[in-house]
Amino acid sequence: MRLTELLERSAARAPEHVAIESGAGEGLSYGALDRQAEELAHALRSHGVGPGDRVGLQLPKSIASVVSIFASMKAGGAYVPVDSQAPLDRNTTIFGDCGVRAIVVGRAQCDALCAALTAAAAADEHAAVFSVAAELPRDLVLLTTDAERQPGPPDLAYILSTSGSTGRPKGVQLTHGNALSFVHWCADTFDVGPDDRFSSHAPFHFDLSILDIYLSLGTGGTLVLIDEDTGRQPRALAPLIAERRLTVWYSTPSILALLVQHGRLERHDASALRYVLFAGEVFPVRHLRTLTELWPTARYFNLYGPTETNVCTFHEVTLPVPAQRHEPYPIGHACAHVETRVLDERGAPVPGGTAGELCVRGAPVTAGYWNLPERTASAFHATDEGAPWYRTGDIVHGSADGYVFAGRQDRMVKRRGYRIELGEVEARLHRHPDVTEVAVIALPHEDDGVQIKAFMCWGNGSRPSLIKLKAFCANELPGSMVPDVFSHHESLPKTSTDKVDYQRLRSLGDDPA
Amino acid sequence: MADRQNEITTATKAFILKEFLPGEDPDELLDTTPLLSGGILDSISTVKLVGFLEDTYGIEFQAHEISEDHLDTLQLVAQLVQEKLGSS
Repeated sequence: MRLTELLERSAARAPEHVAIESGAGEGLSYGALDRQAEELAHALRSHGVGPGDRVGLQLPKSIASVVSIFASMKAGGAYVPVDSQAPLDRNTTIFGDCGVRAIVVGRAQCDALCAALTAAAAADEHAAVFSVAAELPRDLVLLTTDAERQPGPPDLAYILSTSGSTGRPKGVQLTHGNALSFVHWCADTFDVGPDDRFSSHAPFHFDLSILDIYLSLGTGGTLVLIDEDTGRQPRALAPLIAERRLTVWYSTPSILALLVQHGRLERHDASALRYVLFAGEVFPVRHLRTLTELWPTARYFNLYGPTETNVCTFHEVTLPVPAQRHEPYPIGHACAHVETRVLDERGAPVPGGTAGELCVRGAPVTAGYWNLPERTASAFHATDEGAPWYRTGDIVHGSADGYVFAGRQDRMVKRRGYRIELGEVEARLHRHPDVTEVAVIALPHEDDGVQIKAFMCWGNGSRPSLIKLKAFCANELPGSMVPDVFSHHESLPKTSTDKVDYQRLRSLGDDPA
Repeated sequence: MADRQNEITTATKAFILKEFLPGEDPDELLDTTPLLSGGILDSISTVKLVGFLEDTYGIEFQAHEISEDHLDTLQLVAQLVQEKLGSS
């Protein structure tokens, strides 16, 4: 079975039922969505997209982007969604690394993307050259390349890019089977159906979108699209949740914490909400407690899982949240469709209750990173029995309520739900022409979860103003990666092997060098 | 009228410098410096700025006003706040 069949079956059952609603309130029925995706798939096929090809999608959240997702898969390909607000050279890198055959882009962004693709091709003789192949309905433009076809596995459904420690994003490959095993678990776990109205808050390049799109359309519900700008604005979100009568909400805790603090939730009737699902990071308990008091009709679930596995553990929060509780809720027990185990460095199980690395295997787990065999190999523990274990890098220990998250074993942090490799932030900051040294650390922060602090060294007298530095970051880094704090120094502390000494950095004061 | 606008600009500038540009030379932040499009304010800091303005001046912002079009410079912020004060 393929993900597209979820839509096709719902369209056959209830063609007139509203499948998706845009932020502006435009509705599209199941029948029309399936038909439009079919037409776009036909256009993709006629321009050379076939089984195993990747199709890049650089689109703002819209009905057109949902149509494009299904069209890419109906054409036999896999979709590679990118953040339409990220720096363009990051997106062209992702498209290049994934060897996309075609790109669907909104008309408004087409010229800028074409210029960036041309610049990438000029800088690298191996880079594919793209040109406009067709103007498509809904203000979309199709770009294609004549580069040699390199079909991937025919069951590949999508590739989601996550931050890479070397400064280059890495693409997590997920097959139809991977995604469907997760969607089926959701359908078994949550009591949802055609009357439900699902939020689509996460952008489509973020793995939370998989539940939104495929659980809602697979169970015949309505998916309410929330565009990127509205999604960041608690003042606009709170009335939207009430007026659009959302019944299922899924997002990172960050946006829920913002809603609690700035959304004036008490003014809006959100009593239609049945489920509030959150994932991606730890939810500060005081904000969760307030939220459950303001939205008392819903059941609350903490879902956990990296992009490589999608959700693999979950915990339902028992209400009310006790006034004296401060420690975060556990990530919970393994979902029915996966196996989990806590392993030590060598891949041996740790005794119950001891901390170790959470490892996962089963139907939803990725086969690996696109075109990165070494990274893939190091992400798994091989085993004598059965499939290898995916190493999440998350340190957990067991409890009566399931696993409790206890930290990371590498330099990845979660910020606003996004995975951020501090090495990628360093590599991006290094692009500033006057920088001589950079090191980045993450510090715990009560409201934001973590803050990113950058230590910077500059060539003689070239230190930019903070305003200019922030403007540089706005152009070079996705928003979630921009450091919160900059600290300027003559030089950075080094270890005996002349590497940056991150331990000593933490105790370094802010030198006004 | 102009005095009131200057006063709003000064207070807003002081808030932004203290909260989001610690240690920055105040002369670098001009009335026309782009705040949102220039990366000084992200979505969360914009929400915090709006909270500060609402509390300080007893006004209320509509969701559509929390955008680059209305808040991208100190000048625009002061204009909008003054309009709201005038109409309240």
